[in-house]
Amino acid sequence: MEAVASVQNHWLLRTWKSSIGAKAVMAVTGLALFGFVVMHMLGNLQVFLGQEHINRYGHFLKNAPEILWPARLGLLAFVGLHILSAFRLSLENQAARPVQYAHQATIQASVASRYMLLSGMVLLAFIAYHLAHFTLGMTHPEHFHLVDAQGRHDIYSMVILGFQNVWVSGFYILAMLCLGMHLSHGVSSLFQSLGLNSAKYRPTLQLGSRAFAALIVIGNCSMPIAVLTGCLKLPAGVTP
Amino acid sequence: MNLTLQVWRQKNKDDRGGFVTYEAKDISPDMSFLEMLDVVSEELQKRGEEPIAFDHDCREGICGMCSLVINGIPHGSERATTTCQLHMRKFKDGDTITIEPWRARAFPVVRDLVVDRSAFDRIIQAGGFVSVATGGAPEANSLPVPKKDADKAFEAAACIGCGACVAACKNASAMLFVAAKVSHLALLPQGKAESAERVKNMVEQMDKEGFGNCTNQSECEAACPKEIPVDFIALMNREFLKATLKA
Amino acid sequence: MKLESKAPSGPIETRWERHKFEMKLVNPANKRKFTVLVVGSGLAGASAAASLAELGYNVECFCFQDSPRRAHSIAAQGGINAAKNYRNDGDSIYRLFYDTVKGGDFRARESNVYRLAQLSVNIIDQCVAQGVPFAREYGGLLDTRSFGGTQVSRTFYARGQTGQQLLLGAYQALEKNIASGGVKMHPRTEMLDVVVIDGQARGIVTRDLVTGEVKSWAGHAVVLATGGYGNVFYLSTNAKGSNVTATWRAYKKGAAFANPCYTQIHPTCIPVSGDHQSKLTLMSESLRNDGRVWVPKNPGDKRSPKDIPEGERDYYLERRYPSFGNLVPRDVASRNAKTVCEEGKGVGPGGLGVYLDFSDAIKRLGKNVVAERYGNLFEMYERITDENPYEVPMRIYPAIHYTMGGLWVDYNLMSNVPGLHVLGEANFSDHGANRLGASALMQGLADGYFVIPYTIGHYFASSKIAPVTTDHPEFKKAEEDVKAQTKKLLSVKGKRTVDSFHKELGHVMWDDVGMARSEKSLKRAIEKIPQIREEFWKNVNVPGEDANLNVALEKAGRVADFLEFGELLALDALTRNESCGGHFREEFQTEEGEAQRDDQNYCHAAAWEYKGANAKPELHKEALAFEYVKPAQRSYK
Ligand SMILES: Cc1cc2nc3c(=O)[nH]c(=O)nc-3n(C[C@H](O)[C@H](O)[C@H](O)COP(=O)(O)OP(=O)(O)OC[C@H]3O[C@@H](n4cnc5c(N)ncnc54)[C@H](O)[C@@H]3O)c2cc1C
Ligand code: HEM
Ligand code: HEM
Ligand code: SF4
Ligand code: F3S
Ligand code: FES
Repeated sequence: MEAVASVQNHWLLRTWKSSIGAKAVMAVTGLALFGFVVMHMLGNLQVFLGQEHINRYGHFLKNAPEILWPARLGLLAFVGLHILSAFRLSLENQAARPVQYAHQATIQASVASRYMLLSGMVLLAFIAYHLAHFTLGMTHPEHFHLVDAQGRHDIYSMVILGFQNVWVSGFYILAMLCLGMHLSHGVSSLFQSLGLNSAKYRPTLQLGSRAFAALIVIGNCSMPIAVLTGCLKLPAGVTP
Repeated sequence: MNLTLQVWRQKNKDDRGGFVTYEAKDISPDMSFLEMLDVVSEELQKRGEEPIAFDHDCREGICGMCSLVINGIPHGSERATTTCQLHMRKFKDGDTITIEPWRARAFPVVRDLVVDRSAFDRIIQAGGFVSVATGGAPEANSLPVPKKDADKAFEAAACIGCGACVAACKNASAMLFVAAKVSHLALLPQGKAESAERVKNMVEQMDKEGFGNCTNQSECEAACPKEIPVDFIALMNREFLKATLKA
Repeated sequence: MKLESKAPSGPIETRWERHKFEMKLVNPANKRKFTVLVVGSGLAGASAAASLAELGYNVECFCFQDSPRRAHSIAAQGGINAAKNYRNDGDSIYRLFYDTVKGGDFRARESNVYRLAQLSVNIIDQCVAQGVPFAREYGGLLDTRSFGGTQVSRTFYARGQTGQQLLLGAYQALEKNIASGGVKMHPRTEMLDVVVIDGQARGIVTRDLVTGEVKSWAGHAVVLATGGYGNVFYLSTNAKGSNVTATWRAYKKGAAFANPCYTQIHPTCIPVSGDHQSKLTLMSESLRNDGRVWVPKNPGDKRSPKDIPEGERDYYLERRYPSFGNLVPRDVASRNAKTVCEEGKGVGPGGLGVYLDFSDAIKRLGKNVVAERYGNLFEMYERITDENPYEVPMRIYPAIHYTMGGLWVDYNLMSNVPGLHVLGEANFSDHGANRLGASALMQGLADGYFVIPYTIGHYFASSKIAPVTTDHPEFKKAEEDVKAQTKKLLSVKGKRTVDSFHKELGHVMWDDVGMARSEKSLKRAIEKIPQIREEFWKNVNVPGEDANLNVALEKAGRVADFLEFGELLALDALTRNESCGGHFREEFQTEEGEAQRDDQNYCHAAAWEYKGANAKPELHKEALAFEYVKPAQRSYK
C-alpha cells in the first residue's frame, strides 16, 4: 500500500497529472517532433541533388542501427506521449464546458490554435499512411523493392514514383498544410507552455512560429509538386 | 431604438433552462447594457413576471460581479469593458442580441444569467495570499520594490475575478485568472517566500475544480475587461515548472 | 439609554496605548471557544474577520455578494491616508488628527480620531506586507500624493484602484483563514435581523439568497461592517446592493443610530443622462487640479461650449473663492454647482451639470501630460458619455458618495447594545460631519485590523456571556419575523415595481434632504416619505417565490428599510439647526454662503433610539469636547 501511495505521490506522476505538467509534456514532445520534421525535411530535400545523394543518405541511416533504432524508439515514445496527452487534455477540455454557447463567437484565437486536435489527427493518419508507403512498403510494394546501380534501396525512384500519383501527392500536400497549421500555432505555443515567453519575446515568437511553419510547408510540398510538374524525373531505366 | 433579446432563462441549477425572446423597446443609446436589462425587467414585472436574474453590483467595472455573454462574447465585443460599462450606443436599432450565462462546468448556473464562481475563491484559498498575520508587518519602506516590478505586479493584480477569461476560453480554462494572482505575488519580494508552494497548490486546486486546460489560444486576454495579457500565463508556467523541478 | 463613550482621558498621544494595556485579555486557549459573527466582507469586515481568526477566535463571516472580494470597498479609487511623513513635508500623526477633526467640522470624538491617525501608519505596513502593489518611485520606495485639498502629501495609492488593491489584500488574508478553518464564509447570504438576549447581541438571522432558507446563527459577539446607506437617495456612487438593512434592523433592536443626516456629496460625478439612470459614476477629484469649472453666464444658453466666448463664461469657483479656486472642498464645490444650476445655467440633459474644462490645461501642459495624468479617467468618461474630454469640456455634477452617520459606537467600537460592534462606514465614524478624501479606507482598515482585535477580547474577558443556542425563543421569534416580512412582501401583489418606489424615495431625498436642506423641505420630506411607504406596502409587486434566488424580493426588503430610514435621516437633519460639514441647512449660513455651525447647541453626536413602529424615535446626545483642536469657522475665501 505504501508503495502505491509513494508512487501516486511521486512528483513526476503528480506533474503529469497536473494541467501545466501535461502541457509541458506536449511541449517537449512537440519540440522533439518538430526537430525531427526539420531534420527529416533537410534529409529529404536531397532528392533535388539527385538519386546518388538521397540514396546514399538512406543507405547510411539504414546501416547505422546504433543511430536508427534509438531514434525510432525515441520518436515512437514522443509521438505516443504527445498523442496521449493530446487526447487526455482534449477530453478534459470538452468536459469543462458541458453546455455550449448558442451564439458562438471568436475574438482573436487563430484558426490553427482552435483546430490543433483536428490537424493532429490528420497528421496521425498521414504518418500511418506514410510509414506504410515509404517505410514498410505496404501500399506500393512495386516501388519499394527497387534498387539502384549500387544495389542500395532506391529511395529516389520510390519517392518519384509515389508522387507521380496525383492522389498520393494531393494527400501529402493536404497533410503538409495541416502540419503547417499545427506548427504555426504549435511552435510559439510550446514556448508559452514551457514558460519561455514574455511581452518582449511574444511578437518575435509568433512571427518565428509562422515563418518556420511556412518553411516546412514549402520545403515538404516542393517535392510532390516538383514531381507532378515534371521537374523531378525518374532516372533512366526506371519506368512507372 | 428597439431590440430583440434572446435571453437564457433557467429557474434554478437543476432546471434545464432555455432561451426566451423579449422585445426591448425605446432603448436610449445612453443606457448601459444593464440599464437596458433593468428596463426589460421592469416591463416583465409590470406583467407579473419575474425579472431577469443577473449578477451586478458596482456598475463601475471594478467589482467583477457582472457576467453576461453577449452575442457569444463575454462582456460583449467592446474591448476592455465590463458588461456594466458597455453602452447601448454600440448596438443598432433592430439588432437581435443573444444573452447567455458564463458556460463552464466549474461555474454552474444558479439562476438565469447568474452563475456560481466560488471555485475562484477556493483557488485563492489554496495559496493566493502572502502569509502575514495582522501586526507582524515590518516598516513599509524597509523593502524597496523596483518600480518596474511594482508596476508589473499591479498589472496582474488588476484582475477583478469576473471569470470572463473562463467564459471566453474554448476550453473553459481558468489559467488567466490563476496566472494573474500567481504573477502578482511572485513579482513582489513579499510574495517570493511562498511562491513555489503557492503556484503548485493553486494549480492543483484549479485542476480539481474542473476547469479545462490552456491551449494558448489567447481568447481569454481578448475578453478580459482588464486586459490582463497571457504573458502572465507563461510566467505562471515558468513558476510552476521551476517549483516542480526544484530539488 | 446611556451613551458612554468610554474614551480614555489623559494626554491624547498615550490614550490608546494605555487603553490597550488596561483592556483585559482572553487566554489564548480559550479564544476558540468564542464565536464572532462578522457581517460584511468589505475593508472593515474582511480585515476584522481575518485578524480575529488569526487570534484564534471562531469566525463566521457573511456577505450578500457571490464572493467576499466584491464588497463595495473595491470601488474606492483615490487612495488611503497615512501619517508616514515620507515626504518630509511636515506631516505627522498630530497633523492628520488635526486635519480630520477640522475637516469633520468639529463633530467627531477627538480620542477616536487621534487613534485613527496613529494606526494609519500600521495600515500601510500591513498592506505592503500583504503584497498590495502601491505606487512606487523609481528608487523603489512608496509614492504618495496630496489629495482632497490637504497641504501635505500623505495619500498612498495604487493607480486609480486603491480600494480594489486594499480589499484584495484583506480578502486574501480572509481566504487564507478560511482555508485554515478559522473563518467560515457565507456569501450570498443577507443578514436580516440581530438577536438580542438578556441585553446582549447574541446572534443574527440570515436569508440564503439562493435557496431562501432563513437561518439563525448564535455567537458571543456580532460585528456589523455592512457599509453606508447612500443608496437611500437611489442614485449614488455606491454599489447597487449597498443598503441600510443590517444597521437599520440593529437599530430596531435597540442600537442607537447616530448622525444619519451627515451625508457626503462628491462634486465630480458624471451627470444623469436620463430616467433610466441606475447609478452614478464618480471621477477622481484630482480632475479639479487641472480642470476649470464654468457655466454660461446667461441662463438658458444652449450653445455648444465651443461657441461660448470667454467673456460669456462664468468660472464661478475661481470668481467666488479666489485663493482656492477650483480646489475648494467637496461640499463647497457641490453646493455651488447646485446653485448655478438652479439659476438655470446648468448644462447638458435636464440642465443638471457644469463644465469641467481642460482646454487651458491642454494648452499649458500639452495633451500628452494631460493624458498621462487623467487618461484613464477621460477614457472612462468617454465610454459612458460618448464625448471626448480632450475636445469638449467634461460635464460633471455632484452625487451622494459617502455617509458619515451610522450606528453609534463607543471608543471600543461597540454600540450601546453590549456585544454588537460596528466597523467601517456602518458606524457613525471618526469623520464627524464630513470625511476627508482617502480617509474612509483608512478608517475601515484601522477598525478591522487594529481596533476590534483588542476591544472584542476585552468585551469577552470582562462580560458574563451565558451559553445560548439558536433554539432560544428569541431566535425563533426573529426567524418568524423575517419569514413574515418576506411573506408579506410577496403577498401584496400590487401594481408597482420595487424600483419605482426606490426612485420615488430617491427623488424626495435628493430634492428635499440632499445637498441643501431647509426646515420647509425637510418637513415636506417627513410628510411624503410615510406616504410612499404606505403605498409601497399596499401596491408593491414582488413576483416569484421565496425559496429561490429572487432579485425583486432582495431589493424589496432593502427598499422597505430605506423607506423607514429616510424619515429618520430627514428628522435628524431637521433637528440639527445648524450647518456643519456635509449637513447644510439653508437657514444657517454665513453671508459668504459658508456653513454656519452652532457650537453652543449642537456640539454633540445625535444618537436616535427606536421607540416602536409608530412612535417618534428618542434623541440622545453625546456631548463632544475639544481639548486639542479648538473649533474655528472654516473659510476658503
Ligand atoms: C466610488 C467610490 C470611491 C471611493 N473612494 C474612496 C477613496 O479614494 N478613499 C477612501 O478612503 N474612501 C473612498 N470611498 C469610501 C470607501 O470606499 C468606503 O467608505 C469603504 O470602502 C467602506 O468599507 P466598509 O468595509 O465599511 O463597507 P463595504 O465595503 O461597503 O462593505 C459592506 C459589506 O457588507 C456586506 N453587507 C451589507 N449589507 C449586508 C447584509 N444585510 N447582510 C450581509 N452582508 C451585508 C456586503 O456584502 C459587503 O461585504 C469611496 C467610495 C465610493 C463609493
Ligand atoms: C509530426 C507530428 C507532430 C508535431 C511536429 C507536433 C507538434 C506539436 C507542437 C510543437 C505542439 C505545441 C505544444 C504546446 O503547445 O506546448 C503540439 C500541440 C498539439 N498537438 Fe501536435 N504535433 C504532431 C503530431 C500530433 C498528432 C499526431 C496529434 C494528435 C493526434 C497532435 C495533437 C496535438 C494537440 C491536440 C496539441 C495541443 C495544442 C496545444 O496545446 O497548443 N499532434 N503539437
Ligand atoms: C513530402 C514530404 C516527405 C517525404 C518526401 C518523406 C519521405 C520519406 C521517406 C523516403 C522515408 C523512408 C526513409 C527510408 O526508409 O529510408 C520516410 C520515412 C519516414 N517519414 Fe517521411 N517524408 C516526408 C514527410 C514526412 C513527415 C511530415 C513526417 C512526420 C510527420 C514524416 C515521418 C516519417 C517517419 C516517421 C519515417 C520513418 C522513419 C524510420 O524509418 O524510422 N515524413 N519519409
Ligand atoms: S483575468 Fe481578466 S477576465 Fe479573468 S477574471 Fe481576471 S479580470 Fe476577469
Ligand atoms: S483562451 Fe484559453 S487556451 Fe489558454 S490562453 Fe486563454 S486560457
Ligand atoms: S457590476 Fe461591478 S464590474 Fe460590472
